[in-house]
Amino acid sequence: MQFPGRRKKVIGSSQNDLYDHCLQFYGQPPLENISLTEFETFAVERLKLLKSVENIGVSYVKNSEQYVKKLDAEFSSLNFPLRTELGDRRVQGGTSEYEKRRKDHISHFILRLAYCQTEDLRRWFIQQEMDLFRYRFGELTSKHKTDFLHKNNLKYETVSAEEKKSLKDKLITSSYGLSGITVEEYDFYKVPFQDALDLVRTRKVYLLAGNAYIPHHEIVTIVLNDFRTRLSKALAMTARSLPAVQSDERLQPLLSHLSHAYVGQDYSIQKNMGKISLEQIDALSGKSFPLCMRHLHKALRENHHLRHGGRMQYGLFLKGIGLTLDQALQFWRSEFVKGKVDADKFDKAYAYSVRHMFGKEGKRTDYTPYSCMKVILSNPPSQGDYHGCPFRHSDPELLKQKLQNYKVSPSGINQILELVKGMHYQLACQKYFELTHNVEDAGFSLNHPNQYFTESQKLLGGGLEIKKEVDMSQRSQENPANMTRPSQANSKQAHEEMGDLDSFFQDE
Amino acid sequence: MPTSDYDPACLPDLLPLYYRRLFPFSQYYRWLSYGGVSKNYFQNREFSFTLKDDIYVRYQSFTTQNELEKEMQKMVPYKIDIGAVYSHRPSQHNAVKSGTFQALEKELVFDIDMTDYDDVRRCCSAADICSKCWTLMTIAIRILDRALREDFGFHHLLWVYSGRRGVHCWVCDDAARKLSVAARSAVAEYLSLIKGGEETVRKVVLSDPIHPFINHSLSVVERYFCQYAIVEQDILGSKESVDKVLALLPEDILSFPVNANYSIKKGGQYFDKEIMLQYCYPRLDVNVSKGVNHLLKSPFSIHPKTGEKEYYQSNLLYTLLFKRLGAVGCLFFFFSSSRISVPIDLKELNTFDPFEVPTISLICEELERPRADEAEDDDVKDKENEQEAGERRRIRDYKRTSLAKYVKVFDRFLEAMARSRKGEMLQKSDLQKDF
Repeated sequence: MQFPGRRKKVIGSSQNDLYDHCLQFYGQPPLENISLTEFETFAVERLKLLKSVENIGVSYVKNSEQYVKKLDAEFSSLNFPLRTELGDRRVQGGTSEYEKRRKDHISHFILRLAYCQTEDLRRWFIQQEMDLFRYRFGELTSKHKTDFLHKNNLKYETVSAEEKKSLKDKLITSSYGLSGITVEEYDFYKVPFQDALDLVRTRKVYLLAGNAYIPHHEIVTIVLNDFRTRLSKALAMTARSLPAVQSDERLQPLLSHLSHAYVGQDYSIQKNMGKISLEQIDALSGKSFPLCMRHLHKALRENHHLRHGGRMQYGLFLKGIGLTLDQALQFWRSEFVKGKVDADKFDKAYAYSVRHMFGKEGKRTDYTPYSCMKVILSNPPSQGDYHGCPFRHSDPELLKQKLQNYKVSPSGINQILELVKGMHYQLACQKYFELTHNVEDAGFSLNHPNQYFTESQKLLGGGLEIKKEVDMSQRSQENPANMTRPSQANSKQAHEEMGDLDSFFQDE
Repeated sequence: MPTSDYDPACLPDLLPLYYRRLFPFSQYYRWLSYGGVSKNYFQNREFSFTLKDDIYVRYQSFTTQNELEKEMQKMVPYKIDIGAVYSHRPSQHNAVKSGTFQALEKELVFDIDMTDYDDVRRCCSAADICSKCWTLMTIAIRILDRALREDFGFHHLLWVYSGRRGVHCWVCDDAARKLSVAARSAVAEYLSLIKGGEETVRKVVLSDPIHPFINHSLSVVERYFCQYAIVEQDILGSKESVDKVLALLPEDILSFPVNANYSIKKGGQYFDKEIMLQYCYPRLDVNVSKGVNHLLKSPFSIHPKTGEKEYYQSNLLYTLLFKRLGAVGCLFFFFSSSRISVPIDLKELNTFDPFEVPTISLICEELERPRADEAEDDDVKDKENEQEAGERRRIRDYKRTSLAKYVKVFDRFLEAMARSRKGEMLQKSDLQKDF
């Protein structure tokens, strides 16, 4: 198998044939050179797309109108190919359809490298790619669907007109929504029943001599099964060839961290520095803090102490919402002093680590506040810890009690617990946002505690002038150069900070 | 005619005789080898035995027909189950690296058990069956056989009477043996119409449009319904049973329009059809069909007696009855003892009588009868190779018993498979231009 980014022969004119359909099965890996920048950009953008597919799929009924609308929007903003013909109107200054298809192709293969390593990753990747494929296939015109099948050698014979006529009554009664006219007009495909199990199981198709007679519009189910099988096999093969790729140091950091990469704003740029006063924190914790930070703040106030994990998570968050170093020092000292720590001990032992967080000590890295991914995946809390993600780390019963204490409605609590059961922790937190702010739709896809804070303040019209950097959150930027900085910084930092996560991905 | 000295022995005595002289080993081996097309197909097949005192042993496997015979004659299983063809020899499964020992193929099987119909039959319950409710099995076989052949395109189906209260179907096509768990479960669900357990009153719900499969099944049920349900089961014969029928109908049924075909239909629902199906449509256990590694009772296995108590009672009764009523009376009274699990000839399905299926005691007893015309041949044949002689003797032996006609059904089944394999190989070699 050949991997992008390596020195390979450039293919010339046949490139046009390669992308003559907006949808593909990703059977052939790309065979060209691309820059590392493009490599990263493509990968990150597709990852964003797949995460949106996942989130939208949980929030809306798949393939309903709203689902389609939301996905359409994501598609356009991330510049992935939709259903237009190649060579259609070139949008001035935008990406051409050809370039979009190329990106689609290459980004898929890059993500295969990142997601082939464990069973869980493979399963997630296949699920999202399948949903994505189903959505895109569904949006094709009938002609394009047939084109696609032919181009991909799906050797399903169409049923001849005479056969259709002789079986007309049976065909009408076996599939919902067919009439005599549609049976005549539509193509029917003869598919071996083993390839159409869902339709056979529910008796929604006509069976004869081991073949299912599938109407044109149902063919997507069959195609999806085929897609899943192919992708599954391909991922297994990729996993076997992976060591060769991982030895390339240019690719290794990105690939090993892509699967848990946070792909949004990093909140290290202090837009709001100095705009929060310490007196506001208590009030803000109830109104605009995500549950994890509210929990940490409460624990700090009650115990006048937090352990290292809690100090990091909460301390960096506070930095992200705008606390200056001096404010932070004052904040932590005043709290710790109420407990068992006197002022001198604080200055000796704890002040150092606060300054460290702000990049004023040691190797002077200005640490970025933790994303939800990091909070959820790394450093689970043990007895006496208050950090972590309550939706992930708290016992559901305790979580329920806490939500009740915070006056969340019973039906809301149930919705949250359902999401937790499905392991959609960030969506659960988003639901918490929606319930506590009394809105139906949060309007953003939560993946960072500071994002929660920013959005909350925006909604409440809060006293902080937060510059609306709409372009910076979740939307990719048109200019690839800008994109590389946060992702490079992220991957570098990720590499340093998440050493323990490497081992997470090393076991099967 | 049984001689007056004949003493019905119990299973520990009859079974060794059965396995030495009557069990059709060569046909059995021929079946499970499937023409030797796949290497080690027979060797990697799992068998399980239930021995005396209910000892159950799994992962039995054999390398040759001879070994199978010797082991069975040695262990004398009371019951034999057939499992899947595995990736390695089942008898060595512990020596295989964990995770690599896997079930690869098995026939697609169905198990229809009369106890699943207890809520709709009045004549018997639990393990009892009689000629009145046996019709349910006839209906089940007709419906499923048609569907498996016409809808799914399978050709090689072996229907077997389980020996007591039901039937099994073994679908032996190549394609069937290779089916995945998901595919098996999809086939079983396609064939299922009865949904719901104790709690559910109305177990069949039909709505427009009615799938061709349901229509085919209905036409079979309609053929038998009047005679079976109204006459034999007498479902309208008592208030209690009439109430049961009425429970399946909505309360305002009398106001419903009856359409031109005399079917009661309102709002896309077909109550008369639903009732007929609820009373007669086959009830499958999906779990039996789903698993590739599921073990199912083997054809030609016996159905062991239920216990010592029954044996002593029936032994005493037998002696009494035999003295009073002669052989016929005894046979009739023994309908609950160990019958052989025999293949059913679908051409004679309407006249199949489960009570005519031979019991092990009967065929052993038939074996003991003096042979009139075959005495001379023995000396000649005995000089041949011992195994061949053994087989020949066995063939002569079962031919003298009531088992003969059932082995013939099995033979025909095997021949059909052999013919079709040959046809396939010819096709393949033609395609490869191999002449």
